[in-house]
Amino acid sequence: MQKLIRTVLAAAFVAGASQIALAHEGPELTSPGFSFDGVFGRYDQAALKRGYQVFHDVCSNCHSLRFVAYRSLTGIGLTEDEVKTIAAEREIQAGPNDEGQMFMRPGRASDHYIPPFPNEKAAAAANGGAAPPDLSLMAKARAGGPDYVYSFLLGFEDAPPEGVTIPEGKFYNKIFPGHAVSMPPQVVDDLVTFADGTKATKEQIAHDVVTFLAWSAEPELDVRKSLGLWVMGFLTVLTALFYALKRQIWKDIH
Amino acid sequence: MADSAPHAQPASMDGQTRRDFLLYATTTVGVVGTALSLWPFVHSMNPAADTLALSTTDVDISAIQVGQAVTVLWRGKPVFVRRRTPEEIASATAADGESLRDPQKDAERVQKPEWLILVGVCTHLGCVPSGQKPTDPRGEFGGWFCPCHGSQYDTSGRIRKGPAPLNLEVPPYAFTSDTTLRIG
Amino acid sequence: MSGFKTNNKVVGWVEERLPIFSMLQHSAVEYPTPKNLNYFWNFGSLAAFCLVMMILTGLFLAMQYTPNTAMAFDSVERIMRDVNYGWLLRYLHMNGATMFFILVYIHILRGLYYGSYKAPREVLWWIGIIIYLVMMGTAFMGYVLPWGQLSFWGATVITNLFSAIPVVGKYVVTLLWGGFSVDNPTLNRFFVLHFLLPFVIFGLVFVHVWALHTVKSNNPLGIDIKTPQDTIPFHPYYTIKDLFGIGVFLMIYMVFVFWMPGAFAEPANAIQANPLVTPAHIVPEWYFLPFYAILRSFTQDIFFISAKLQGVIGMFSAIILLLFLPWLDSSKVRSAKFRPLYKQFFWIFVADCLVLGYVGGQPAEGVLVRIGQIAAAYYFFHLLVLLPLLGKFEKTKPLPASISAPVIRGGGAAAGATAQPMEKA
Repeated sequence: MQKLIRTVLAAAFVAGASQIALAHEGPELTSPGFSFDGVFGRYDQAALKRGYQVFHDVCSNCHSLRFVAYRSLTGIGLTEDEVKTIAAEREIQAGPNDEGQMFMRPGRASDHYIPPFPNEKAAAAANGGAAPPDLSLMAKARAGGPDYVYSFLLGFEDAPPEGVTIPEGKFYNKIFPGHAVSMPPQVVDDLVTFADGTKATKEQIAHDVVTFLAWSAEPELDVRKSLGLWVMGFLTVLTALFYALKRQIWKDIH
Repeated sequence: MADSAPHAQPASMDGQTRRDFLLYATTTVGVVGTALSLWPFVHSMNPAADTLALSTTDVDISAIQVGQAVTVLWRGKPVFVRRRTPEEIASATAADGESLRDPQKDAERVQKPEWLILVGVCTHLGCVPSGQKPTDPRGEFGGWFCPCHGSQYDTSGRIRKGPAPLNLEVPPYAFTSDTTLRIG
Repeated sequence: MSGFKTNNKVVGWVEERLPIFSMLQHSAVEYPTPKNLNYFWNFGSLAAFCLVMMILTGLFLAMQYTPNTAMAFDSVERIMRDVNYGWLLRYLHMNGATMFFILVYIHILRGLYYGSYKAPREVLWWIGIIIYLVMMGTAFMGYVLPWGQLSFWGATVITNLFSAIPVVGKYVVTLLWGGFSVDNPTLNRFFVLHFLLPFVIFGLVFVHVWALHTVKSNNPLGIDIKTPQDTIPFHPYYTIKDLFGIGVFLMIYMVFVFWMPGAFAEPANAIQANPLVTPAHIVPEWYFLPFYAILRSFTQDIFFISAKLQGVIGMFSAIILLLFLPWLDSSKVRSAKFRPLYKQFFWIFVADCLVLGYVGGQPAEGVLVRIGQIAAAYYFFHLLVLLPLLGKFEKTKPLPASISAPVIRGGGAAAGATAQPMEKA
């Protein structure tokens, strides 16, 4: 038993050590606390919907979300009709038709989120040379995850600190590595008016849009954590039974 | 299976029964767990969400003239959408009484008599029958003719001659409006 | 074949044509196993269980993955979002790789601590090292498949290492790449090899167990089996103990899969590969970090041998040297239980490996460079200098007479390096 405990500790130590080894230094991140944190965490649907409203109204004008298919938005509580309407807001190239011509058609629920620009170069050209990155996986693609995105959104400052110069066309963000980012600050109080009437402080806006982006990076989280509870419960029972049987069989040896 | 190696006999019958119960309980839980854990593997082979999303296709039928037919792709297969002429409808219903290999009345195979919607895959061995264009060979019954082994279908898509065993399949469909047909 | 009897007609019919039942009886049921094995002996069966998990999940992932640079990243996202339980398969596979290496490292450390590599188990040890090498190749190529930033750049850095080979280096690298950089031909062949090698590992594991069964298992005391009283049949004692071990392992594994699936993952790999943008920190997977540190610790060219080439040689010899361990460690006593000095140095060695791992994960800057070099030097010092010296000069504790001897260890032969220990069973 002692050996077992030592083994588990050793494994945990290795895991922890590797975490430390892989952790990156950086500015302090603010953690607002999300509903999906923790062992029993789940996405808060109201926050998802508000967050999507922010994404839809503001972010999607520059940022793509190419791994999210419109149909999967039913996962944040939108109806099939709402999904179809949103999809049809933009057009996507299709064809060729019988004349051999390519044409544009409105989006369908089965399409993936149509990007605001037809390609990467157009996106860069329209945004001062730097293409706004796709946001589907952003909550997973930065050290610090959702906390990073939250802190970043609220990390813009009007003026950089003493001695720091920001090149023309860029903006000072205290969280972004290097501090000079091409994205202009977006999140301010009352940037949007939430459909459910929640007060749109900038913290609320950032919290909700990050909740949506977390969902977009990990839509399976609710199922994953709840299935996990069943699996752990089952394994606890099975392992306890194995242990009891082991003790039973080894009784004469010990 | 092989006899297991002898192990020490427990001192009392009670111990034996208790060990048996523990063995049975553990084995049951273990087997159930293993079976349950195989399900995600098997289910991952079932159609994924993106495949299921393409399981319906909407077709704009406003441009299809009487006597004209179009072919659309549905679930990876061709679907024939034919707007039948009155003559074609008449010959289809007239043949209801004939001895058919796969007996079906024409009315059972259409929702609106003018519109015949069929999966364009021959029920013999899977070739795509010709007959969608007016210039295509359509066989003796005015419907479709399969070039692979000579199966001939009538204006209701029923097999009339040749080796195919069944009528051309009618897919699930609905008219979502006067101009739109939803297949699947 | 001897000793196996059955009344079952079907079993008998098969047995006459392929003696599989008697083989199972002999190897998995009767196999005489020392009765004093502790839980560190579970890790072999745990690693085998993990291998099966990896092959199973890998197989079902391969049904949905596309090994083409234009589609690889997208196909992985499709698996995560659209394939039924795809996210589960992917997280099982990703975290299974980490678990596999943790289990194998503990399994190797057990071998180092208890002298399981010493005669007559040298070949068993060698097969183990070969399995480890093939595992590393498999894991390296597997990491390239999702085609994230680190997949691409990790592949670029490591394949570039081969250019350090004198004369033919450049041609070797071009051959590996199938082009002028890591690109589609590279990805495609890595996929094929990643699919193939686990089955090679499976075969090697079979040979590994065969070698083990030939010489029988070591035990925490490090002394040979002398009488049947020292052993118990593998079934049911160790079958149930292994099952219990699997249960505990699964609990730890599932905590990661269901709640911390990205704990061992680098965020940068969630970004699609971009040959024009190098990520700020290129970090290999954690299980490669000690070797990465050794590689980077060579910074000075020496005559015509570039620092790069020294690093490559150093990195590979760190593993190749392990093949010579049965001769480098000349002590006649197997188990660290009876080697008080070796025991201390063992734990220092473990700490050294952890330091190397930490250094490997950090940017090669500042004091860490020096620390890495010292740790790398110590690694070789331990293997090449310490072990031979300890073998010669260490005063070992007296060994018990046998595994089943009474706990009071009075019955041993004379203490010291002249103790009996290497008797054959």
